[in-house]
Amino acid sequence: MGLVIVAVLLVALAALVVVVVGGPLRRARAAERATLAGSEDEAGALAVAARERAAAFEQARSRDELEAAREAKYREIRDTELDYRTGKLSHEDYEAIDADLRAEAIEILDELERLEAREPPPAEQAARAEQAEDEDALRPRGA
Amino acid sequence: MASFGFACLLLALAVCAYGIWASLHGVRSGRFEYADSGRRAVYALAGIITVAVLVLEVAFLRDDFAFNTVADTSSRTTPGLYKAAAIWSSQEGSLLVWAWLMSLWSSLALFLTRKRIRDVAAYATAILLGFGAFFVSLMVFYANPFATTRPAPPEGVGLDPLLRFPTMMIHPPMLYSGYTLCIIPLAFGMGALLARRVDAEWIKAIRRFAFASWLFLGMGIMLGALWSYSELGWGGYWGWDAVENAALLPWLTGTAFLHSLMIQEKRGMLKVWNVSLVLATGTLAIMGTFLVRSGILNSIHAFGGQTLGVPFVILIATLIGGSIYLVVSRRDMLRSEHRLDSLLSRESMFVLNNLVLVGLCFVILWGTYFPLISEAVTGQEASVGPPWFDRYTVPLALILVLLSGIGPVIAWRRATLANARRNFLVPLAFAAVALVALLLAGVDTKPLALTLFCCAAFAIGSAAQEFFRGTRVRRAIAGEPAPLALVALVRRNRRRYGGYVVHVGMAVLFIGVAASSSFQHTSELELSPGQTTHVGSYTVRYVRPTATLTPKFDSAHTGSTMSLGAVLDVSKDGHHVTTLAPSEGFYSSGEASQGTVGSLIGGQPVSHVGLNIGATRNVWSAIQPDIETPALKRIVTVGNKTLPPEDGIVAVAYLAREYLKHPPPAQFNLIVSPLVMWIWIGGLIVIGGALIAIWPAPSTVRRRVAARSRARAVHGLARA
Repeated sequence: MGLVIVAVLLVALAALVVVVVGGPLRRARAAERATLAGSEDEAGALAVAARERAAAFEQARSRDELEAAREAKYREIRDTELDYRTGKLSHEDYEAIDADLRAEAIEILDELERLEAREPPPAEQAARAEQAEDEDALRPRGA
Repeated sequence: MASFGFACLLLALAVCAYGIWASLHGVRSGRFEYADSGRRAVYALAGIITVAVLVLEVAFLRDDFAFNTVADTSSRTTPGLYKAAAIWSSQEGSLLVWAWLMSLWSSLALFLTRKRIRDVAAYATAILLGFGAFFVSLMVFYANPFATTRPAPPEGVGLDPLLRFPTMMIHPPMLYSGYTLCIIPLAFGMGALLARRVDAEWIKAIRRFAFASWLFLGMGIMLGALWSYSELGWGGYWGWDAVENAALLPWLTGTAFLHSLMIQEKRGMLKVWNVSLVLATGTLAIMGTFLVRSGILNSIHAFGGQTLGVPFVILIATLIGGSIYLVVSRRDMLRSEHRLDSLLSRESMFVLNNLVLVGLCFVILWGTYFPLISEAVTGQEASVGPPWFDRYTVPLALILVLLSGIGPVIAWRRATLANARRNFLVPLAFAAVALVALLLAGVDTKPLALTLFCCAAFAIGSAAQEFFRGTRVRRAIAGEPAPLALVALVRRNRRRYGGYVVHVGMAVLFIGVAASSSFQHTSELELSPGQTTHVGSYTVRYVRPTATLTPKFDSAHTGSTMSLGAVLDVSKDGHHVTTLAPSEGFYSSGEASQGTVGSLIGGQPVSHVGLNIGATRNVWSAIQPDIETPALKRIVTVGNKTLPPEDGIVAVAYLAREYLKHPPPAQFNLIVSPLVMWIWIGGLIVIGGALIAIWPAPSTVRRRVAARSRARAVHGLARA
């Protein structure tokens, strides 16, 4: 194959790589430009945007952690119940463990609620109402 | 085209360098658009290496012998499918496939985590690209798959005949997938430590990849064992070869991790242990790659050349040092959130199982690497044979099988003795029935095998009880018929019941291993046509010799020039059982010095096994025909002197006819092994169980897409 064709193919591949890899940077620049449009204090606007980004990241990070913990707790409650129903746990042990697990789950749900209450994104308002339902379902029986 | 392929490698190296910088800059500055750009660099790397693989693959399929790799590992007579698979039979090609698979799996992992744990994923991206840069650098500086020779040789050497076997087409990609998938949890584990975020989230992100690496490594190991049994002509499936062990080591630590990660998910415990297991598994995967590619081993698996040893040693030392530093420096964050409630709990069983698995890993690690270290220090070759491995691994394997039966019947957190006693009744009954049946059958000469059969029966009984009780509970709640209840039970608890299926598969596999290794009958002897011999309770008669010529008529379709074999009649108590047709393929060597005829059959001869498979036993046979008799040698000598290269096959045909007319005694290896088939059946059950466990649960999928279903899941907690 001629060197020219090789060069053309390589340049095309490299251009494609630049387009793919540079996509997020181009989008971020466009967003920055939109933020700065009409702003007199550019440095200040950028600093505010950076702070907002950091805060959003921290909130998302905490939410991710809590959601992972919540899913794990749900699974643990189900597993414990299956252990009980298949005869691996005595009734007393099951009652005690189940109450503990549900209390722990409610703690996680409360934390999630507190987190979202700080700055509730509009799209998640409905989810908060459902979370309240979750809590009701998890209250220890008899409580 | 070769220059385009090499340019792709250079471009890949540049992309790796940029991606590492962008990811680290992004996570440190909080500007995650750079981290996203770094993530996309991984996608780009996958694309570029895919193009490079295609370039090399096309060269193989077009017989472009200007590529050194193609000339060294393929030929015009190599069958088409084996040509396509020959890319991973060379050092250079296998490095390219390694980098390719790693980039594909990395892209998938990073795509799935693109909206979560962004800080951990950014560090993981940098680490994955670091591995990518390492392997691409090896190809650029040490083992270039696109190196060429001009003018191109008219013919290639051909694929090693030993590799011309169907499972060999998928065994290496399976192992490479397993190894490269091990790198994903390692990268995320290191990322979690670097980001100081060691909660359950990173575990959740890598869980499926850890499972997938375990599954692929397991399938690769099984396929390798099948190849060894069916192709290598020694009748065994596991020889404690260093490269076999190298694949087994990360599989063992991976198994330990898959158990202990449940404890972290549920109880927030064993964080140091889990992250250490993840880092150890990844490091062992790299060590396995090192063993094969460094050139320090003399093995059918090993590729030649000593050039890659030093870079690999540096990488492994960096991994070990970095892992230790990260775990020690983050030890405060890795404290357990809870303590063990009771020694009689599933957590305790998992800890015990982890200790046994890691113990097994240490034994095999020592047996594998000790000879290499000893040789490096003393300069004298040393080796550790199967008896050494068996001495330590057999008792540990027994404990492991037993634990796989105990774990499922014990509850999480704490179990009471009364409950445990009741739950052990059925598994113990299974073990007792097995013991009595085996003693009545006279299987009492091998106590270790007998113990293993009983432990395996215990484990199978334990899993059967779990399925039965779970189905009964489901039926009581939902009022479904038993089959539907069973399916619903498994669908709702895939990891738990998939795991139990894996336990059953492993028990079946161990039964096959114990039976076939303890009670096999072997016979190695020379036979002439018409003679008979006895192997165990079978009589084997050498009926007549066979001979086939040229690749076109090669019964195994492996491209041999000539194949000589035998028809064997196998009978038992005077009744015909089966007819076997073992043969040995003779391949072209491509060495002009062997003469026009000699070079056509002067390559490495390869055995094609004659095998009768049965549920209770396999009858296995291999033949080594003698073509060094004076009469046959004379045909080759005369042909070399008188025939032009294009007519060499005429002399080979004459040799084959002479072999049929006056067959010399042939060397036979005959083996009757009980229950070998159950090793492969056990392996298939393990794969089935793993697929059940790894498949996303429908409820989980729903939860992901709708907030509403989260609430439903909570309400559904009351149902089993």
